Amino acid sequence: MSLVADILSWTCILAGLFFVLVGTLGVLRMPDVYCRLHAAGMTDTMGAGFLFLGMSIQAGWSLLAVRLLLVYGFLLFTSPIGTHALARTALFAKVEPYRVPPPGDRV
Amino acid sequence: MFAVAAAGILVAMAMAMARALLGPTVFDRVLALNTVGTKTVILLAVIGFLTGRPDWVDLSLVYALINFIGTIAVLKFFEYGDLGRQRPGSREGNR
Repeated sequence: MSLVADILSWTCILAGLFFVLVGTLGVLRMPDVYCRLHAAGMTDTMGAGFLFLGMSIQAGWSLLAVRLLLVYGFLLFTSPIGTHALARTALFAKVEPYRVPPPGDRV
Repeated sequence: MFAVAAAGILVAMAMAMARALLGPTVFDRVLALNTVGTKTVILLAVIGFLTGRPDWVDLSLVYALINFIGTIAVLKFFEYGDLGRQRPGSREGNR
């Protein structure tokens, strides 16, 4: 049982780490703010979700697991609100969304 | 194993900080700082497991609250130029 829980939790933590790294790579590489918001949202939901799930499996049936899931629940509510506020503020500040250049202009 | 997770999160934080330094607009910087804050929340919980003192999870919860409120406050400041005023022509009327 302990071995199964260990394997499950390490798999979850590695998957969460993968999503965090890929999402942050997207934040670094995407062309404009709105695309970067998309990548950052994936970091918040999938990456943090898998990491906290793995850690709460490690914690077992205890108050600690409840607290870990509580942190994740809080992130789950605040991340879309923050993302929405950022996109709205950027639009009001007249940040132009990135458009793919027409085929003739491509280098 | 938790050390691997902490190292990966630190690498991700470094990449997000690079975006915060490079960012062409101020919103890129706010987004990058929000991402760094989320990673700090995760890193605090991981450090709790790494050092065998799970009380760090409470710090992680508090940091999530502060990060969210800070992001919203900075965005509100950049949208209205003020923390207490409404946009002119807002439908909610004057107070």
